[in-house]
Amino acid sequence: MATFKEFRNNVKPNWCPGCGDFSIQAAIQRAAANVGLEPEQLAVISGIGCSGRISGYVNAYGFHGIHGRALPIAQGVKLANRDLTVIASGGDGDGFAIGMGHTVHAIRRNVNITYIVMDNQIYGLTKGQTSPRSAVGFKTKSTPEGSVETTLAPLEIALAAGATFVAQSFSSDLKQLTSLIEQGINHEGFSLINVFSPCVTFNKINTYDWFKENIVNLATVEGYDPTNRVMAMTKLMETNGMITGLIYQDTSRRSYENLVPGFSQESLAHHDLTLSQDDFNGLLKEFK
Amino acid sequence: MISQLSWKIGGQQGEGVESTDRIFSTALNRLGYYLYGYRHFSSRIKGGHTNNKIRISTKPIRAISDDLDILVAFDQESIDLNGHELHDNGVIVADAKFNPVVPEGVTARLFAVPITAIAEELGTSLMKNMVASGASWALLGLPLEVFNKAVEEEFGRKGAAVVEKNIDAVRRGAEFVLEQAGGPLDEFQLEPADGKQKLFMIGNDAMALGSLAAGCRIMSAYPITPASEVMEYLIKKLPKFGGTVVQTEDEIAAATMAIGANYAGVRTMTASAGPGLSLMMEAIGLAGMTETPLVIIDTQRGGPSTGLPTKQEQSDVNAMIYGTHGEIPKIIISPSSIEECFYDMIEAFNLSEQYQCPVIVLTDLQLSLGKQSCEMLDYDRIVINRGKLVSDVPLLETHAQFKRYEFTEDGVSPRVIPGEKGGLHHVTGVEHDEIGRPSESSINRKKMMDKRLSKLDNLQITNAIHVDASYEEPELLIVGMGSTGGTIDEARARLEQEGIKTNHITVRQIYPFPTELFKPYADRASQIVVVENNATGQLADQIKLNVGCAEKVRNMLKYDGTPFLPSEIYSRSKELV
Ligand SMILES: Cc1ncc(C[n+]2csc(CCOP(=O)(O)OP(=O)(O)O)c2C)c(N)n1
Ligand code: SF4
Ligand SMILES: [Mg+2]
Repeated sequence: MATFKEFRNNVKPNWCPGCGDFSIQAAIQRAAANVGLEPEQLAVISGIGCSGRISGYVNAYGFHGIHGRALPIAQGVKLANRDLTVIASGGDGDGFAIGMGHTVHAIRRNVNITYIVMDNQIYGLTKGQTSPRSAVGFKTKSTPEGSVETTLAPLEIALAAGATFVAQSFSSDLKQLTSLIEQGINHEGFSLINVFSPCVTFNKINTYDWFKENIVNLATVEGYDPTNRVMAMTKLMETNGMITGLIYQDTSRRSYENLVPGFSQESLAHHDLTLSQDDFNGLLKEFK
Repeated sequence: MISQLSWKIGGQQGEGVESTDRIFSTALNRLGYYLYGYRHFSSRIKGGHTNNKIRISTKPIRAISDDLDILVAFDQESIDLNGHELHDNGVIVADAKFNPVVPEGVTARLFAVPITAIAEELGTSLMKNMVASGASWALLGLPLEVFNKAVEEEFGRKGAAVVEKNIDAVRRGAEFVLEQAGGPLDEFQLEPADGKQKLFMIGNDAMALGSLAAGCRIMSAYPITPASEVMEYLIKKLPKFGGTVVQTEDEIAAATMAIGANYAGVRTMTASAGPGLSLMMEAIGLAGMTETPLVIIDTQRGGPSTGLPTKQEQSDVNAMIYGTHGEIPKIIISPSSIEECFYDMIEAFNLSEQYQCPVIVLTDLQLSLGKQSCEMLDYDRIVINRGKLVSDVPLLETHAQFKRYEFTEDGVSPRVIPGEKGGLHHVTGVEHDEIGRPSESSINRKKMMDKRLSKLDNLQITNAIHVDASYEEPELLIVGMGSTGGTIDEARARLEQEGIKTNHITVRQIYPFPTELFKPYADRASQIVVVENNATGQLADQIKLNVGCAEKVRNMLKYDGTPFLPSEIYSRSKELV
C-alpha cells in the first residue's frame, strides 16, 4: 500500500514561502494514502492560478487545464474511467468567477469527484486583483478604492444547487483538512471542499491570524447536524460562512454515473470499441 | 415515363408537414428511388410557413431541383410562396377548405381535395396530412401497399385502431383525387427504381452513426441548430453500449469535458454550430497544446452572431482554421456526401488519435439536415486506429515519470491513459518538457513547438480532394466543399451540353490545405471558380494563399441563406467563359 510519500514527486512548487497552498498539497497526499489509493489510481485535475499548479505537485496522473474549466475536464475523466479517483482543484477565481457556471452545474450533476477550492479571496497568479470572495471594501490592484461588489457565498449557493457534500477547512488545520478530503473521496457524488488558503503576498487582510480569530470549527458547535440542510444553510448565514468542518452531507442521492440509464458499471476506457456486425445491421434498420 | 420528379409539401409549422414528408419518402425509399430532401423552416416552433421538398430520381442525385412538379398545400400561403416554382404541367393538391386559388402567372393544375373535411369525418383533423399525402401518392400511380406499410410503422405504437384510421385517410384522399384526375397522371409516372436497398437519412444521423461505429462512447454537447440531431440520436443509442450523452451547461464545458474523457481513454466528441464553436476555441487550443485527441463537429449555419440559425451557409472556414490563439496542429475535414458523413467520423476519430490533435468535421446545414438517400454503409470499412496509444508500459523508477511528450521522429509521442501503473505523467496547457512539466526554457520551447507542428508533415488522408477531371485543359475548374458538389455537377452537365469544358474538385481536407494534390489541376485550368455559401470567399482565399494563381481565381458566392440551385451555378459559370 502506498504511503503519503509515494504521492510526493521531486518538483519544487513555485509557490511563495508560507502560501496556504502547501498544506493543501500535503493534505491531498495524505488523504490519498489514507483511503488506500496507489498513485496511478488518482487523477488531479486543476485550473489556472497559483493554486492550479497543484496537479503538477502530486505524484499521480495530473491534468493542468485552462482557467475555470477544471470541473468539466475532471467530470470527463471520471465518466471515462469511473475506477479512477478524481480530484479537481483550483482557486476562488477559477471556481467562483470564470468557472462558476461549471461549479453550479457540476454540483447539480453530482458526478463522483471531489472539488477542492483553494480560496485566498484574491487573484494570486495575476498579482493581486479582487476576487468574488473578496470582502466589500477590500482594496486591490483592480479595486484601488475598495471593492463595492457583494462577497460571494459559494457554500450557500452549493446548498441551493443541491449539493450532496459541502465542507470547508483552513489550510493550517492539516488534520481536519485531510480528514475532510478523505470523506469527500469516500462520498458517492460530488463533494465540494472550500479551503481558506492565505495568500501571504497579496492579501494582507485575510491572513492566518485573521482566519484563526474568525472561524468557528463545527466540531465545537453543540448539536450541529450535518445531515440537516436547513441547519447548514442557517449556520452559514449566521456566521457569514466562517465555519469549518463537514457542513452538509446527503448520502441518499446516487451519483450521476449510477443514475444515468445504461451507463457502464465498468470503466468505459477499457471497453472494446468494435461494433458487432449484428449491432451495426440493427442500427441501420431505422433508416431503411 | 420520367426519371425524376420534385414534390413539395407546405403548411404552417407544427401542421404535420414533417411527418407527411417522412412517410412519403420512406415509402419511396423502400421502392428503391434516390431521394434528396430540402427543409425550409424558421426558428419558430409553431406557426410560420414551412415546407419540405423532395427530389425523387431513378439515378443518384445530390442536389435540389430548380423547379417543382407537385405541390401539396395546406394553406394559400404555401401556394403563394411556392407556386412560382411549379413548371407549366405542375400540379397543386390543396385543401378545398380554404378555397385555393392559383396565383396569376402560374399555369399549374389545381386539385382541390376536401382534405380537412375527410379527416374530420374520420374523426380528427390531425389526419389531414394523411389525406393529402394519399392524394399526391395516388397521382404518381405508385403501389399503395408500400405507402400503407410506412403509415403503419409511423403510427404502430399508437395502436391498431389509429393505424387503421390513418390508412383509411390515405385511401380516401387517393380515391378522391383519382376520380377528379381520372386516374394517375401520365406525365408523372416514374420509371421503376433500381430496387437496390438504400438508407434514407440526414447527415447528422450519418455522423452520429459514424461516431458510434468509430467507438465513440461519450458525447458532451449543448443543443444548437443545426447540430442537435447528433446528440439526440446518440442519447438513444449510447446507453445500449454503456455510454451516454451529457448535456452540458455550455459549449466550453462540452469541449473541455470531451478533452477530459479523451485524455482518460474514451473516444468522445462534441457537436455544435458557429456560436458554440466560438466558445470552444480556448479548449481547442488546450487539446492542441496537450496533444489530446478531440473530435468536434461544426454544422455551419448562417452567421455572424445568431445570424440565420436555420439557414444554409459555409462561413466558418476561417474561424475553424484561425480561431484558436497561438499555433497548434489541427485537422479540418469536410464531408461532401451523406456517405462521407458516416465514414468521415471514423476517420476523424482515427486521425485525432494518430496525430493526437483536434479534428474538426465541418458540415453545413444542408448536408446536416437535408434528408437523402445513402448507399448501403459498409461494415468492413469500419477500421479503428488508435495511433500510439500504449498499455502495459514498464514500471517507473521512484520519482520518474512517463515521457508523454517524448521527442520522436514523427513528432507523435506514445500516449498512456490514467490508471496505467508505469504511465504516471503530467499534462498541461503551459509549455512543458517531455514529462509534461512546465518549462520556460527557450530551447525546449522551440523543440516542443516544432514537435507539435511537425506532426502534420506526414499527414495522410485518403481522398483529401475529390477530383472529377475529364479535361486536360478545362475552361473552368469548379471548386466547392460540403453540400454543393451535387449541384455543381448538375450545372456542369448543362454546361457540357453547350460545349463548355469544366473540371470539378471538392475539397475534403480543408486544413492543412492539400496544396500538392490541388495544384496540378489549378495550373491546367483557364479559370478557377470557387463556389461557396459565404460572402467573402473563404475557400477561395485558402486556394490563393496555398496554391497561388490568384489571377485565375473567381468567387461564386451565395449568402442569402439558401443553397445554390443548379441553374444559378450554370448561368453564373456561363457568364465567366
Ligand atoms: C481565459 C483566461 N482569462 C484570464 C486568465 C488570467 N488568469 C490566470 S489565473 C487568474 C486568476 C487567478 O485567481 P484564482 O483563480 O483565485 O487563483 P489563485 O492564483 O489565487 O490561486 C487569471 C485572471 C487566464 N489564464 N485565462
Ligand atoms: S501569490 Fe499568493 S497565492 Fe500565489 S503563491 Fe504567492 S502566496 Fe500563494
Ligand atoms: Mg485566488
